[in-house]
Amino acid sequence: MEKIFKLDEEDEYYVPFSRLAENLDLRNLIEKLTVNLLRLAVTELPADVKKALKDAYRKERNPIGKIQLKAILENIQLAEEERIPICQDTGLISFYVKVGSEFRGLSKIEEALIEGVKRATVEIPLRPNAVNPFTQRNTDNNTGRHVPCIHWSIIDGNYLEITAFPKGGGSENMCALRILKPAEGLSGLKRFIIESVVNAGGMPCPPTIIGVGVGGTSDMAMNLAKKALLRPINKSHSDPFIAELERDLLRAVNSTGVGPMGLGGDSTALALKIEYAHRHPASYPVAIAFQCWAARRATARVYSDGRVECLSHKDRNLV
Amino acid sequence: MKKIELHTPISEKNIRKLNVGDRVFLSGTIITARDSAHRRMMKYIAEKRSIPFPLEGMALYHCGPLVKAHGDEWLVLAAGPTTSMRMEPFEAEIIENLGVRLIIGKGGMGGKTREAMKRYGAAYAAFTGGAAVLAAKRIKRVIDVKWLDLGLPEAVWIFEADRFGPLIIGIDSYGRSLYEEVRAKTLRRLNRIVEDRDL
Ligand code: SF4
Repeated sequence: MEKIFKLDEEDEYYVPFSRLAENLDLRNLIEKLTVNLLRLAVTELPADVKKALKDAYRKERNPIGKIQLKAILENIQLAEEERIPICQDTGLISFYVKVGSEFRGLSKIEEALIEGVKRATVEIPLRPNAVNPFTQRNTDNNTGRHVPCIHWSIIDGNYLEITAFPKGGGSENMCALRILKPAEGLSGLKRFIIESVVNAGGMPCPPTIIGVGVGGTSDMAMNLAKKALLRPINKSHSDPFIAELERDLLRAVNSTGVGPMGLGGDSTALALKIEYAHRHPASYPVAIAFQCWAARRATARVYSDGRVECLSHKDRNLV
Repeated sequence: MKKIELHTPISEKNIRKLNVGDRVFLSGTIITARDSAHRRMMKYIAEKRSIPFPLEGMALYHCGPLVKAHGDEWLVLAAGPTTSMRMEPFEAEIIENLGVRLIIGKGGMGGKTREAMKRYGAAYAAFTGGAAVLAAKRIKRVIDVKWLDLGLPEAVWIFEADRFGPLIIGIDSYGRSLYEEVRAKTLRRLNRIVEDRDL
């Protein structure tokens, strides 16, 4: 007997994935979805990012900063209308995959994501960005050892959620990790963040979104910083203390005057998001992940009946 | 803020008219070069070989475009700037030896390039990072492509541009750098923030 799982209050009952695997060509569905998610991600920014950029343009007082933001807004519109990648650096590609615990076709997902990336590279096209660090050879298809980077998490429920997250080199190059002394604590953390923003200047293509990961192990801190970037701009941390810290640091960062493209101005960051983990008594890791204004992400949920829903962009048909 | 129309080839006289913060639109020939093309140009200079594209009076653009072959032609889909600082070790010599007048990129360049610009009469213009479709719109056609063996983004693309911009003069031929000025200001503000908050 197959179990039936309940999704949301108002949702109907869905058949678990175990049955879907037999009826549906999941491998092809996900490959196609991967191409379309990447296409959506690189050509159209999510609504929250677009809104934040428009607000920044309205508020910017520096005339040079204003010119930069205007060019950004024009660019976004052109890319969207003509279905052309927003930026020529279509990034190194990451996927965040949440998978329902009942799902049986796990091995097929990775293969489908990788094939999807190869197809997307040709069909969209994406700039080939996967280079062997020792031979300097480009694979020409955006895949290679450990890339695309796939981050898995297992969730309750019987659906699959894929976020395509192509991230450009300019902002990635500014990511920073520091293991603070526990005695430096909260002030050390604040100082490190504001210093990093000033040091990065125009390099990460501001206005940026700043992800901060605090605590855990060194690798986890950076992972959390990256995860923080996935949170919608208008969503603060659920803990009111952290939410206030996010707002306070965003204000501080925007008072540095770095401005759009580091040419001076009020809009240095659109948002600042913090995620944390408990730490070892002797260490206080802090990771900062910069995301350029071209904050590209697209998320879809695949239900067990094969229905696909786009979560990041409204009313989008992805398969 | 002054708004200026420039055409290639650019004379020294016209470059000397530009000041930090000016807004410029550029028409004419733009030549792309990223890391590998710079390294090859340096090699050619060292070996006294002639470079197979004209740079005298031209604009050199730090850009690895996203292009698509369309029959015999190349279509430029996206062509935003890349980080100029990576070219810092080479640019002064390239300005000196090849007579480039305008460098276009993002993020600015360092003291060595600034000094070469002052001495030989050149300037640095910032194009909005990531505004790649807007940039491609102002590129009317691909005149030629050289050094394709370096790969599509690293090859040297010779574009014909029509009012390419808005460009902001980030470094002028008098040794002023908007980047250094903004940087000094942001460092002062950083110190103030740290003091005020007792961080
Ligand atoms: S940092 Fe972002 S916007 Fe800037 S060039 Fe890179 S991918 Fe494009």
